[in-house]
Amino acid sequence: MQGKGCNCSAKPTEPAVLAKVAAIAAPYKGREDMLIQVLREAQTVADNAVAKDVAAVIAKEMGLPLVKVYGVATFYAMFSTECRGKYVIRVCKSAPCKVKGAVEVLKAFEEELGISCGETTDDCKFTLETCECLGICDISPAVMINDEIYGDLTPAKVKEVIAKY
Amino acid sequence: MQETRIVLRNVGKINPVKACEYAAAGGYEGLKKAFSLTQDQVIGTLKESGLRGRGGAGFPAGLKWQFVKNTPANQKYIVCNADEGEPGTNKDRVILAGDPNSVFEGMAIAGFAVGADKGYIYLRAEYPSLLISLNEALADARANGFLGKNIMGGGFDFDIEVRSGAGAYVCGEETALIESIEGKRGEPRFKPPYPGVSGLWGAPTVVNNVETLANVAQILINGAAWFKAIGTEACAGTKLFTLCGNIANPGVYEFPMGVNLKDLFAVGGGCPDGKKLLAVQTGGSSGSFLRADQIDLDMDIDNCAAKGATLGSGAILFIDETNCILDVLQDIMEFFVHESCGKCTPCREGNFRLLQMITAFNEGRAKEGYADTMLDLSSTMMSASLCGLGQSSPTAIVTSINNFRDVFCVKGCGRERGNK
Repeated sequence: MQGKGCNCSAKPTEPAVLAKVAAIAAPYKGREDMLIQVLREAQTVADNAVAKDVAAVIAKEMGLPLVKVYGVATFYAMFSTECRGKYVIRVCKSAPCKVKGAVEVLKAFEEELGISCGETTDDCKFTLETCECLGICDISPAVMINDEIYGDLTPAKVKEVIAKY
Repeated sequence: MQETRIVLRNVGKINPVKACEYAAAGGYEGLKKAFSLTQDQVIGTLKESGLRGRGGAGFPAGLKWQFVKNTPANQKYIVCNADEGEPGTNKDRVILAGDPNSVFEGMAIAGFAVGADKGYIYLRAEYPSLLISLNEALADARANGFLGKNIMGGGFDFDIEVRSGAGAYVCGEETALIESIEGKRGEPRFKPPYPGVSGLWGAPTVVNNVETLANVAQILINGAAWFKAIGTEACAGTKLFTLCGNIANPGVYEFPMGVNLKDLFAVGGGCPDGKKLLAVQTGGSSGSFLRADQIDLDMDIDNCAAKGATLGSGAILFIDETNCILDVLQDIMEFFVHESCGKCTPCREGNFRLLQMITAFNEGRAKEGYADTMLDLSSTMMSASLCGLGQSSPTAIVTSINNFRDVFCVKGCGRERGNK
């Protein structure tokens, strides 16, 4: 998911961010079952990603092997080990959205943001991804930007959506 | 055609996060009724009602509970499968957003029946707003004595926790879901042992779909005979259908089992803009493709299976003439390649090869015999894959080849002939 201009993944995570991650993970020492919930929360404070040093802090605080944290972080679609933009745009490409023009919507996002799917804008603001069914097929084609949902999209509406951010 | 609203009876009528409003509408009466019965009587009523799992597999719910009740253990669990990942399905979201207490009550009754004091709702990550509202509703139910210690003075303890997934279709499979609650990669386990014997942390575990659980209290209140009178002989009750794709009025509708697909198409208002219907995919992406002339079909679990269709989770995708079947199929196979967890070879390699071949058809590179090779490979995947994902992912391919054979000719690319 490395972006064209965004080079954050090459740099170590800031100590202040790592401290926040440690505070999220520390209450769950020995609670392997809470790993997914901790990773979700950690991503929100660490560039929408679980970088290697972030994973190391979580492993240490929770008392888990690093490989375990890495294994889970690379299994689920909502986790990324590469840094992502402040806003992750997930364009649903499942069949119900597809038959209602999801491909054109994705193209519109690519053109409007000047990046291809899977990339991050130079200013690290947006990452564009595709995803599978968001479960809001009554308003397909749909996208999710972080936790916000937008439906009944057309290429023309894409510009308005981006303008909100 | 009028809906029969049992599961959706309160949706849009009460404040969903207020347990008292649910109780005022007759809620938690089912749990009270359960307290007046023995565990075996509760399970007996459920068995008699003929309630079958609404997640797709259609396993008798009462039997599942019986297995867990019969397995001796100090700790047992009730898990609500809210990992609604099947593309085109959003019925569980509608239930959990509109009437979460009906699910809590179903879980508590299950807990009472099998001897479990702890439940988990495994919620898919794509529903972040539900995570918030569910926790709010749980706190309210607890504060009003419908969950927690000594519920309604009945001497029974039961509490529920919500666990969020992180985006993995395979976690809708019950053993993968259990792995995920345990904080692991969501890879399915070998079965047996089934979760009823060894599930969450090795304890006997009931795993039921949201819609299944939402039916439970109504069955206890109104009786097994009442429930059996709705729907068809072998598939009692109602089913939620998610109409989506090229349909004028998309959304979630509740009808008795056995409702005709033609009628569902009419309820949905047909294809918008006067377009003609090309195909219908029933049961989600792992379901079957039907031609427009095949939709005179009674939608229940067994009739669908007998006619080469799929009821599944009740997703119905309508596809109009502007689309190309091969194009949609390629997208579906990309989905399964992405979502296959990779643990077993038939699924990991099989989906990949199916995608390669369907792409070749689309791009005009397909060779003679590809369609038969796909059928052959599909049959291997269906019998040899570890879990339901690989067992059902070739369904779209197989049914398309059976019902749209003309499209799978090797001359020209997909777009040139896909709309036939």
